[in-house]
Amino acid sequence: MAAAVQLHDVRKVYDGPPPVTALDGVSLDVEAGTIYGLLGPNGAGKTTAIGICTTKVGATSGSAVVAGLDVARNSVAVRRHIGVAAQAITLDRSCTVAENLYYHCRYFRLHRDDARRRTKELLERFLIADKQASMPGQLSGGLAQRVQLARAIAHRPTVLFLDEPTAGLDPQSRLALWDLVAALRSEGLTVVLTTHYMEEADQLCQRVAIVDHGRILAEGTPEQLKQESGGFAVLDMALAGNHAVARAALDGVAGVSEVQDTEHGLRVLVSADGTAVPRVVSRVAEHGLTDLKVTEPSLETVFIRLTGRDLRE
Amino acid sequence: MSDRRSITASVLGLWARDFRVLRREWLPFALRTVMNPFLTVFVFTFVLPRTGQHLPVAAGAMTFATVLVPGLVAVAMVFTSIAAVALPLSIELGATREIEDRVLAPIPLATVPLAKVAFGAFQGLLAGAVIFPIITALPATAVHIRVASWGMLLLMLILSSWTAASLGLFLGTAVRPQQIGLMFAVVLTPIMFLGCVYYPWASLSAIPWLQGFVLINPLVYMSEGLRIALTPDVPHLGAGIAAGMLALLASLLTAAGVRGFVRRVVA
Repeated sequence: MAAAVQLHDVRKVYDGPPPVTALDGVSLDVEAGTIYGLLGPNGAGKTTAIGICTTKVGATSGSAVVAGLDVARNSVAVRRHIGVAAQAITLDRSCTVAENLYYHCRYFRLHRDDARRRTKELLERFLIADKQASMPGQLSGGLAQRVQLARAIAHRPTVLFLDEPTAGLDPQSRLALWDLVAALRSEGLTVVLTTHYMEEADQLCQRVAIVDHGRILAEGTPEQLKQESGGFAVLDMALAGNHAVARAALDGVAGVSEVQDTEHGLRVLVSADGTAVPRVVSRVAEHGLTDLKVTEPSLETVFIRLTGRDLRE
Repeated sequence: MSDRRSITASVLGLWARDFRVLRREWLPFALRTVMNPFLTVFVFTFVLPRTGQHLPVAAGAMTFATVLVPGLVAVAMVFTSIAAVALPLSIELGATREIEDRVLAPIPLATVPLAKVAFGAFQGLLAGAVIFPIITALPATAVHIRVASWGMLLLMLILSSWTAASLGLFLGTAVRPQQIGLMFAVVLTPIMFLGCVYYPWASLSAIPWLQGFVLINPLVYMSEGLRIALTPDVPHLGAGIAAGMLALLASLLTAAGVRGFVRRVVA
C-alpha cells in the first residue's frame, strides 16, 4: 500500500531565546487507509508534527510528503487533500454550526448548491442537525468537536489530521467520536491523530508511534509494542517507611525486572503474567506499604518502560 | 480548473462569509460607523451655531460644515476598517484561532488577508455612503458640495477605502486582543485629531512643525483627497500628491499587514 504521509528525518527548532527543539529527527510512514496514532505526553512534539504535515509549521530540516506531495513546496495543493481538526475549538464564532460547514465547503470551491447539500448531509451524519442554527459558543465540548470533525472532512480530504481529538471530553463523547473516526477510516480515509490517552491509541489505531522529547521511541502495531517492549505490568507502591530498605528487599525477586524510585515510594516493573505480584507485595509489606496500584501491560506501561515517566506527567 | 479561477472561487467563499456576518451584525456595524461623524456634525454644525457660539471658519468663505464633509467620510471609513477588519482579525488570530479554517483553504496564504482588505474597503465605501447624507443634511449652516470630476471622486473613494482597510489589516495583525483599548488611545485618537478632518491641511501653515508632522498620517491624504473630489473650493493638497501618497501608504500598509498575518499563522 502507498504511504499517505511520509516524514523523513524532520527536525523543528523554534527560535529562542532559548531555542526549543520540538522535533528531533522524526521519520515515519503512514499507510493509506489506516489510523495512525502519535502517542506521547504534552510537549512531546506531536502537535508540531501535525503542524508540519498540515502546512502550518515549517520544518527546520527534513521532508514531509502528504498525499504524494511535498508539503514545503506544494502547500496549497496539500491543503486540498487534507482535513484538519485542531485540539482547540477553532470554529468560526461569528457563524452558526451550519454556516461553519457551508462556508468551509465554499472555501474549498464547492458550488453553492453542492455546499448546501454537503452541509445537510454532514449535519445528519454527525447527528448535529438539531444544532445547525446554534452558535459555536453554545455547544458542549463534545458537540463542538463533532462539528469540527464534520467540517474537517466536508471537502472530502484523503488524509485527516486530528490533534488530540478527545482531550477534555467526557467518556461518552469520547466513545462517540471514536466510532465516527473508525467509520471514516472504513470508508478509506487515512487518519493521523495525536493523543495522550493510551486507550485511544490502543483501540483506535492500526499503528502507533510513541513520541517523547521530539523523538519516536518506538513504533508498531499496539500489539507489537506491548510485546516487544517487554509486556510488563507496573506496580506503583506508596510506602510509609524507608524506600531504600524496601528497594533492597526486592533484590533478586523472580519476575522483577526493574525498580524505580517515585515520589511516594517505588515503581516496580514485573513480568506480564503477574506471578511476581504477590512476591513483591509480601517483601515490601513490612516496609510500610500503604497503597498499591497495578497497571496491566498496556501502551501506558510501554511508555513508562521507555521513558520512566507517566503519559500524564 | 485553472489556478486563478479556483482561487477566485475560494475568495468568493471568503466574501460570502464576511457578507453573511455583516448582514447579521449590521446594527452594531452601523452604530460604530456612524456614531463619531454623526456626533461631530451634530455638535459642531447643529448645536453650537444654535447656542450662539462662534464656529471656526476655514479659509475663504467656506462654512465649517463644508470643511467637515470630506474629513468625516474619511473618518467613517477608518472606523469601519477598525470595526470590520482590525477588531475581528485581532480576535480571530488570537486565542480562539478562528482564522485557522480559512488559513487551511487551498489558496496561497496571502489571499486571506487580501480578501479581507478588499471586503473592508467595500464596507468603507458603504459607510461613506451611509454617512454622506447625514453630514450634508444635518448642519444648520450651508454645505457646499461640488463634484468637479466623477472620475476623481471614484479614484479618491477607492484609494481612501483601500488605505483605511489596509490600516485595519495592519492594526489587526499587529495588535493583540488585550491591547485593543490601548490602540484606540494611542493610534486612533491621534490619527483622528491630526488627520485634517476639522481643518484643511493648508490652514496648518500657521503651525509649520505640525503641518510637516501630520504628513505621516494616512487620514490626512484621505481627507484631502476627498476634499479635492467633494469640496474643491476649500484649499487642498494637489491631486497627484494625495493620490500618490494614498497609493503608497495603502501599498505599504497592505504589505506590512500581509506579512504580519502570515507571521501570525505560520510557525
